[in-house]
Amino acid sequence: MNRIDATFERLRREGKSALIPFLTIGDPDLAASAELIAACAAAGADMIELGVPYSDPLADGPVIQRASERALQNRVTLEDVVRTAAEARRLGADIPYILFSYYNPVLQYGLDRFFKLLEEHDISGLIVPDLPLEEDGELRDRAEAAGIHLIPLVAPTSHERIARITARARGFVYCVSSLGVTGMRSEFHASIDDFLASVRSASPVPICVGFGISNREQVLRFEGKTDGVIVGSAIVRKIEEALPLLGDSGKRAEGVRQVEQFIRSLRV
Amino acid sequence: MNQVPDQHGRFGRFGGRYVPETLMNALFELEDAYLKFSKDPVFLAELDGLLRQYSGRPTPLYYAGRLTERLGGAKIYLKREDLNHTGAHKINNALGQGLLAKRMGKTKIIAETGAGQHGVASATVAALLGLECKVFMGEEDMKRQELNVFRMRLLGAEVVPVTSGTRTLKDACNETLRYWVSHVEDTYYILGSATGPHPYPMMVRDFQRVIGVEAREQILAAEGRLPDVIVAAVGGGSNAIGIFHPFLEDWDVKLIGVEAGGRGIDTDEHAATLTKGRQGVFQGSLSYVLQDEYGQVLPAHSISAGLDYPGIGPEHSYLKDSGRAEYVPITDAEALEALQVLSASEGIIPALESAHAVAQAIKLAPTLPKDAIVVVNLSGRGDKDVESIMSYLEGENR
Repeated sequence: MNRIDATFERLRREGKSALIPFLTIGDPDLAASAELIAACAAAGADMIELGVPYSDPLADGPVIQRASERALQNRVTLEDVVRTAAEARRLGADIPYILFSYYNPVLQYGLDRFFKLLEEHDISGLIVPDLPLEEDGELRDRAEAAGIHLIPLVAPTSHERIARITARARGFVYCVSSLGVTGMRSEFHASIDDFLASVRSASPVPICVGFGISNREQVLRFEGKTDGVIVGSAIVRKIEEALPLLGDSGKRAEGVRQVEQFIRSLRV
Repeated sequence: MNQVPDQHGRFGRFGGRYVPETLMNALFELEDAYLKFSKDPVFLAELDGLLRQYSGRPTPLYYAGRLTERLGGAKIYLKREDLNHTGAHKINNALGQGLLAKRMGKTKIIAETGAGQHGVASATVAALLGLECKVFMGEEDMKRQELNVFRMRLLGAEVVPVTSGTRTLKDACNETLRYWVSHVEDTYYILGSATGPHPYPMMVRDFQRVIGVEAREQILAAEGRLPDVIVAAVGGGSNAIGIFHPFLEDWDVKLIGVEAGGRGIDTDEHAATLTKGRQGVFQGSLSYVLQDEYGQVLPAHSISAGLDYPGIGPEHSYLKDSGRAEYVPITDAEALEALQVLSASEGIIPALESAHAVAQAIKLAPTLPKDAIVVVNLSGRGDKDVESIMSYLEGENR
């Protein structure tokens, strides 16, 4: 059984919803990322999204853009991201991994090699934000064959597409909370609750909400309306604030502790 | 050649719609509206009226006699897109899409710009049609094209400086797409080149086809036959696809797209996407892209802000791979030289973008017999570049 499915089953039994942090891997460097992944798990994260840094992150706001730029200054690659996640396993991170990558780095790596890499490194899911259902056929078939869940996004503008997207969804459906790019915000889309309800009624798999969820109040707001929340920019922002600590091997533990504490505060 | 794109927006394997889900319905809405209005005689008559009365079409096909004589080879004709209102071919597409936005009931438009020509064209059309307009422009380009920034503001547009990434056209496109994702419910995105997700490459091509349609009639009237070669500069590729497209079935007409070779294609500083790039997904479509081995998009370089772009419209990738068109690089220095040659021999100062096409014609004409005909798409005029040309030439002389 895919680890993502097993995790949702456990959460269902426990009557809990999933907390899914997102990290840009390689920000500020790979060693820090490995520790941060382990810290997420220690803080009670149920799964984790591993962001592959990309030069043109169209779906991302300024916080994750800057994280990507920092990681790319270190020439962090797709392979580095996956190996770092494996390294974090040795540091105790025993939660399902979901790789988040724009399509071009995957395409250039080569789909055969790519899925072999994911399988070898125990990656359970995949999110490709610039690959809508019209374009995802080849990747979907390969993912299916490899037993890796291709997790689709749905947006408040998806309307009649919701049924088609959820019908093919694996793992969970990623509901975009608002129009726009990733980043912290005080308001979600006006009809967010209706939107989530319509995705939930259509979807055969769990649904999670993300984009702009940045504090405990907002996590609570979605309690009972979804099966989990994804928190990205707010964590990446914490990492950015802790850069002076994380970048210094003597003080790194303190930086990691601060990020861990923030994630703990999101746990409902 | 088969009718391209197909219903999935594919030119052969190129094209498609690689965008966040949030935009997908907006793209379908746009495609439906475009397919409807592009067959609507009232819409087409209104566009045709504006192209004539407002922009001054048809633009002349001018026989460059002194340049021809100087080069001593093929006859050179210039398709004078520089004589359009606002000084470049960009207005053809901006008028088309502006009218479409209005028909779709949108009151706000956004646009990206590199050299500023598409920004100016969009701001102009917004003023003409009473639409609110925001133009996203890289901070670096705002410096290079200060005059166009001022023109856009004068026309009532808001110019939004883009400070992310390379601070040039590539990141202006990213920022415009990001803004569109956030405001997709009431905002129309006037994309300026034959790039991006379907239906843009098709739609922009169709609005620019008027260049080739006119040139075809004009050369037949002037010479009684089709040209041997058509030359056009390619950044994203809108002026080139506009003049090429009506000639695609004329197999004897050779089509040459000219890319920015920057400081040389053996350096890292160029924008020769088709010559040096590999296939990849970038800003909404599968096409050739300048990228590293890991799929990170590389910064481009060109003396011309309008060609300074690491991507290319998917139809050009298709024409390259099918062999129907050929793509060659011209360096910054060659373009600057050509600009001076054309200015002095014909009294026409071309835009730096168009000077790349002129440079290729200057190379080519002497190798062809005197009865051969070369048509150069003079896509824009050089007024906007005069200041930067001055500083380049001063730099050279120093």
